[in-house]
Amino acid sequence: MPAMTATPPVIRLEAVTRVYNAGQNAVQALAGIDLVIEAGEMVAIMGASGSGKSTMMNILGCLDSPTGGRYELDGTSVTGLTRNELADLRSRKLGFVFQGFNLLSRTTALENVELPLLYDRSGRFFGKESPAPAALRRVGLAERMHHVPSELSGGQQQRVAIARALVTSPSLILADEPTGNLDTRTSVEIMALFQELNAQGITIVLVTHEHDIAEHARRIVEMRDGRIVRDTPVANRRDAARDLAAAGAAA
Amino acid sequence: MRKRALFGIATRSILRNKLRTLLTMLGIVIGVAAVIVMVALGQGAQSMIEQQIKGLGTNMLMVMAGSTSQGGVSQGAGTFNRLTIPDAEKLAREGTTLAAVSPVIFSRGQLIGGAGNWRTSIMGVSPAYQAIRDWSTRSGSFFTEADLRAVRRVVVLGSTVADALFPDADPVGQQVQLRNVPFTVIGVMTPKGQTAGGNDQDDTVIIPYTTAQAHLAGHSRIGQIIASTFSPGDIPAAQEEIRSIMRESHKLAPGEDDDFTIRNQDDIAAAASGTTRVMSMLLAAIASISLVVGGIGIMNIMLVSVTERTREIGIRMAIGARSGDVLAQFLVESIVISVAGGLIGIVLGYAAGIGLARATGWAVAMPPEAALIAVLFSAAVGVFFGFYPARKAAALDPIQALRYE
Ligand SMILES: Nc1ncnc2c1ncn2[C@@H]1O[C@H](COP(=O)(O)OP(=O)(O)OP(=O)(O)O)[C@@H](O)[C@H]1O
Ligand SMILES: [Mg+2]
Repeated sequence: MPAMTATPPVIRLEAVTRVYNAGQNAVQALAGIDLVIEAGEMVAIMGASGSGKSTMMNILGCLDSPTGGRYELDGTSVTGLTRNELADLRSRKLGFVFQGFNLLSRTTALENVELPLLYDRSGRFFGKESPAPAALRRVGLAERMHHVPSELSGGQQQRVAIARALVTSPSLILADEPTGNLDTRTSVEIMALFQELNAQGITIVLVTHEHDIAEHARRIVEMRDGRIVRDTPVANRRDAARDLAAAGAAA
Repeated sequence: MRKRALFGIATRSILRNKLRTLLTMLGIVIGVAAVIVMVALGQGAQSMIEQQIKGLGTNMLMVMAGSTSQGGVSQGAGTFNRLTIPDAEKLAREGTTLAAVSPVIFSRGQLIGGAGNWRTSIMGVSPAYQAIRDWSTRSGSFFTEADLRAVRRVVVLGSTVADALFPDADPVGQQVQLRNVPFTVIGVMTPKGQTAGGNDQDDTVIIPYTTAQAHLAGHSRIGQIIASTFSPGDIPAAQEEIRSIMRESHKLAPGEDDDFTIRNQDDIAAAASGTTRVMSMLLAAIASISLVVGGIGIMNIMLVSVTERTREIGIRMAIGARSGDVLAQFLVESIVISVAGGLIGIVLGYAAGIGLARATGWAVAMPPEAALIAVLFSAAVGVFFGFYPARKAAALDPIQALRYE
């Protein structure tokens, strides 16, 4: 943990709870979460099904609000913001990668990546060259810009989704089971991309069920029944790029 | 969000379901086309009527017996039919604004001569009548002041009567029997066509009013006195003048109601076109029901579209779209559909109107502002019926929308 940084942490959760269906059959999905993630970290969240990983990711992603506790994103409190203010935060600071890619069908890769720019209200892209082609180049899909999702492999679609998350230069990329729909090799390719982006300074939080995948992160947070039960740095961090090169050489 | 982008998203998603969009549009297309055709027909009928009323004669005024109060004609006892020949003569003598004055005695009767017999209307008038009605003769001539004073049995035929009884020959100079009284035909009027009410103005015969009073017993009532002014600008002054002369002639005390009514061409035109306006508005109202049905079609399809695209809405929200952006997207989409339908409807409506005019010979007027109103109206339909589905989309919860299968 870096000691006493001047910049505030990207994420600070304090005693965050989330109760679904407050009332008779209430489900306590999060039962008091304390978590700090600094800028530049790459964190994997693990845990059994139903342990509250997605619930926490939704709160981190400002798609959902905690029932109790405090959430600070980039030093500003998210508690009590309106729907529009949350939308603005998502637009300015966050990028999402989903298990099911969630690209717009019958819409080219480039147009999918340009989508977040459409909703930018900060004006920081106004009158400038579109950052979308560069984002696609960054994920290695410069050649596929004008292809629609149905013409792309799962791994390529996930790359487009990552480019879409990247295009607004967010403070944080959130990925809920980004490799859940991909085979092992493609998963490692995607992790190589995440590692590369993280090395360039982007903070990444990802959920995974697989230990092998989680070991590409710098830190693993384990959840059970809506609580964090373990929070450890990764001792022998995997290097996806090197693994791929080795596998390529062996083949 | 940029407006151009909004428009782009809308057109793209509309073009994605071409057949569906086309079918959705059809309601609006038919509605707008129907409204346009109805308005065109109504306006055509109205302008035809106006033209015909102008054709009644230049600067014409009519005096009729009985007073009109609000609600209709009210006639006091003893005031019935108080138009007299002296009234007409007094108007002709004293009216400084009046160019010509003629009493009109209406009756009906059988005309025998030429090819057979013909039942028609008989008008007893003075020679001034021709100038007031601005009505020329096709052959022969109108009767004169001398004919009038000598109570001559001369008749001028309307063209319908002339064509019916004398299909092959010029009737001028022929003898006819009008109500069993022998008359000499001295002229035939040029055709004037139908009145606004569908009456054939040429199905008539015209004789001097003195002759009518002398020979057509029992039908000496004066139906009206018609007069013309020197110029249209004189109409209001002439109306006042006629009124004071008539009151004097009828010896009405101050404060007593008029026992006669004066109407000018505008009054007549307004009364006639009022009826057609009501008719055409009724037709347009019926036609616009199909616009509403079209709007419901749009609403239905937009609701389906919102459901189908729930996940897309979730994605857009996750990457930063505000509720307002989603609302605008769907609203613009329904407006684009309805306005496109409206434009197609205008083209079809105008084409149908022109086709109808060609095929039937009906008068059709295509007011350009009707097109503008149709576009605005269809846009309003788009907003009205698109708002509920759009708001439904905007109110979606992003997490649930993303999870939607
Ligand atoms: N919308 C909801 N309404 C009610 N309960 C919910 C809702 N979403 C999640 N839950 C419940 O909250 C708990 C945590 O769910 P969550 O989706 O966060 O689990 P998860 O760790 O992501 O599981 P998985 O690994 O299967 O994705 C579960 O018990 C789940 O049933
Ligand atoms: Mg989950």
